[in-house]
Amino acid sequence: MKIAVCIKRVADMGARFQIGADGTSVSDTGIKYDMSDFDEWAVEAALQLNEKHGGGEVTVISLGPDAAQETIRKALAMGADKGVHLKADKMPFDGFAIAEALAAELKSGAYDLILFGRIAVDSAAGVTGTMVAELLGLPCVTAVSKLDVNGTNGTAERQVEGGVETLAFPLPAVCTIDQGLVVQARYPSLKGIMAAKKKPLESKPAQLGAISVTVRKMELPPERSAGRIVGEGAAAVPELIRLLQTEAKVL
Amino acid sequence: MANNILVVAETRGGDVRKVALEVVTAARALADGLGGDVHAIVFGAIGIGSVAPKLGAVGADAVLVVEHDGFATYNAEAVAATVASQITSGGYRAALFGASAMGQDLAPRIGAKLRVGVAADVVAVTVDGGDIVVRHPMNTNKVIATMVLSATPALVSVRPGSVSVGNAPKAGVVQSVAPAMDPAAGRVKVTGVSMGGGAKLDLAEAPVIVSGGRGLKAAENFSLVEALAAAFGNAAVGATRAVTDDGWRPHSDQIGQTGRQVSPDLYVAVGISGAIQHIAGMRNSKTIVAINKDKDAPIFKVADYGIVGDAFEIVPVLTAAVKAAKAQQ
Repeated sequence: MKIAVCIKRVADMGARFQIGADGTSVSDTGIKYDMSDFDEWAVEAALQLNEKHGGGEVTVISLGPDAAQETIRKALAMGADKGVHLKADKMPFDGFAIAEALAAELKSGAYDLILFGRIAVDSAAGVTGTMVAELLGLPCVTAVSKLDVNGTNGTAERQVEGGVETLAFPLPAVCTIDQGLVVQARYPSLKGIMAAKKKPLESKPAQLGAISVTVRKMELPPERSAGRIVGEGAAAVPELIRLLQTEAKVL
Repeated sequence: MANNILVVAETRGGDVRKVALEVVTAARALADGLGGDVHAIVFGAIGIGSVAPKLGAVGADAVLVVEHDGFATYNAEAVAATVASQITSGGYRAALFGASAMGQDLAPRIGAKLRVGVAADVVAVTVDGGDIVVRHPMNTNKVIATMVLSATPALVSVRPGSVSVGNAPKAGVVQSVAPAMDPAAGRVKVTGVSMGGGAKLDLAEAPVIVSGGRGLKAAENFSLVEALAAAFGNAAVGATRAVTDDGWRPHSDQIGQTGRQVSPDLYVAVGISGAIQHIAGMRNSKTIVAINKDKDAPIFKVADYGIVGDAFEIVPVLTAAVKAAKAQQ
């Protein structure tokens, strides 16, 4: 199958973030970047599908600054076949603008399946993949935690609050990948890293769509005030109950 | 009319979900700021119109009922087509959704159809000088972005639990709306829905969450956590990623960076060390209690109240004490 996976370069979420001098961005001083977790699972899912069905091609596409090419190279090192970089020096906060650029790239690719992560862990919106499906007029299943496809049809499970939906859909289609589909994405092997350097990676300007959602301000949430140790062992339970009743008033 | 707000009010099993009442509450405040009305649109099997009074009670001036047996479960394509058509014909200033599994699926479909952006998973939505302004936690809740929506309609999904259900009774006048697309004509078919545990509270809706981690040592020991949750009576059970990856609990129970983000009134962490990825999902809880044998565990840095010690000894005593406290109420 011909599969496309759209991936995003994001900050390592373990960082202590600071707000940039402009007050509308997160400072990248001292920040490390990597592929968004959900996107790694989407790459892994694409590779596994083609391994299972014997053959096919996986194209990874990433919109972002030049550094997004590093993220594409990682996916190529994992085993994807080729990469496309849609260059945009500044990532818009409007997923529609991004979806338009991705849809413009994807529409002529004749892909059987297009995968996204359910959300990017940084902007945490989860809108881009679904918008791309709609712009391309393709069936779409979001938050997929189980996926199987043959050449013409697919079945998927998606987690909803308190339950699971099972869905059937025709290909070509778009799926956004949630946790649970793959336990752990593969690490690039040394051989994979060497091979990735020779794989095709095309870079072109992103044709962003109209932007109607913009950032006015960014701030850090207030720190939680330091808590206290009520006591040790079961003997501390009565005091905890008293605090939950009289101080926190949650019991 | 140009200042009216449309709410897609989520239903399940013939009733409105709590998130629907929260979003109508948010829409009521927005409409009052703009001088408009709130219209709540509900989809469901024949008879779903009976939920209208509940939506009127929290601030819906009108309830638009789309009844069809093809809407007994969420039908993404037909719902999206109908909502987009209603927004266009009704000339709404904004449309609000719950940032639930359904709303997160639906809102971007509408955005692309109407060619506007979506502000997703917001914890506040206000009017500022005619602009719709939202607050959206990002970078695993470590940064809060204030964003402005310049398009009409402004499309916003509101995080479950971020708004307290209000009391602003309006007429809730029922109006029937026809589906803009035959629900049977969708390309994606729901072939099954399995709801685990039936009446169990969802993590997004539970006022109390009791979560367990690796400190519980084995899947069967989650019975301790379940017993404590049952003692509260209004609690859901959550878990860390280590636990869901090991298959002790379903992935849908995972709280954290790649799982659910929750903000209950009370969060009780049992045998959870407090990895940064877990804290990302629960740090906005109003009160946090931690029980852990390691006094230096990072969970105690975010906990309001901590007990150091063996969960196997403490939790049964806590369960009995919570039961006793509840019995006195």
